[in-house]
Amino acid sequence: MTFELFIFYLLATVASISGLMMVSVKNPVKAALWLAVAFIATAGVWIMAQAEFLGLVLILVYVGALMVLFLFVVMMLDINISEVKERFTQYLPLGVMAAAAIFAMMYLVIGPEHFGIEVTGVPVTHSADYSNTKAIALPLYTTHAYAFVLAAVLLLLGIVSAIALTLRRRPTTEVLYQSVDKQVKTLAVDRFRMVKMASVNEKNIQSKEEDDK
Amino acid sequence: MIALSDHLIFGAVLFTISMAGIFLNRKNVIILLMSIELLLLAVNTNLVAFSHYLNDVTGQIFVFFILTVAAAEAAIGLAIVVLVFRKRKSISVDDLSSLKG
Repeated sequence: MTFELFIFYLLATVASISGLMMVSVKNPVKAALWLAVAFIATAGVWIMAQAEFLGLVLILVYVGALMVLFLFVVMMLDINISEVKERFTQYLPLGVMAAAAIFAMMYLVIGPEHFGIEVTGVPVTHSADYSNTKAIALPLYTTHAYAFVLAAVLLLLGIVSAIALTLRRRPTTEVLYQSVDKQVKTLAVDRFRMVKMASVNEKNIQSKEEDDK
Repeated sequence: MIALSDHLIFGAVLFTISMAGIFLNRKNVIILLMSIELLLLAVNTNLVAFSHYLNDVTGQIFVFFILTVAAAEAAIGLAIVVLVFRKRKSISVDDLSSLKG
């Protein structure tokens, strides 16, 4: 077993065990932290597969942002932990059986028989000055530019819908809201008053030049 | 040398674990959402591995877009969870049966 293979198996084991812990712990805060461990280990696996940019993005976006979002929501909700796992054992045999069946079927397809190193051959190893970020960026901004813009629109949609869903309307006594209907209906007469008055001369204002002297 | 099948089996293990998680966690929608995130991660691992072995960067671009979609989905999903909790004071999947589906 080479060193590279050892690191791969280590990271894969860490990710799998953290995944198992995530689905089996009681406390959702601990589940979120185990998920973060699984993400970090998987990022290591991706970096070993020469996808350095995506590995770092996974750590920055998922561990840095998404996990924090999960933790915030867990903190905001007052969950009764004792009843969270109430029927865990009842579903356990069904869940394990379904998982085992799915894994067995997948293994028959993706096992070493079809995708072993003898079948696929050795992958291309890039030199040290190869930039994975550049290799992703070039097709992303040219061939897939339309999809890239759509992804940006999708993120905007996510922001708008998440805010619109969770916006809470309170009684209007303490909080001020923006009412678009009222704003559109407003006439100039309601807001703006013309006043007639005699002109006033300010005697004591000196010009700037006199000031300087 | 890491074989392609090693990557794929790792992805399959993660996929299986998170699928079992969706089966088991009927009392907590948040852990269910986390399982979905892990499910997408397993699929992304397959794409990264194939991109590495075929020496084609398109697979990694796909992963990039899937990450975007997953982030938006998680944000909206969590917003819905907050709404459901505000309404029912519980986030159990079994309680969400008013549609009788």
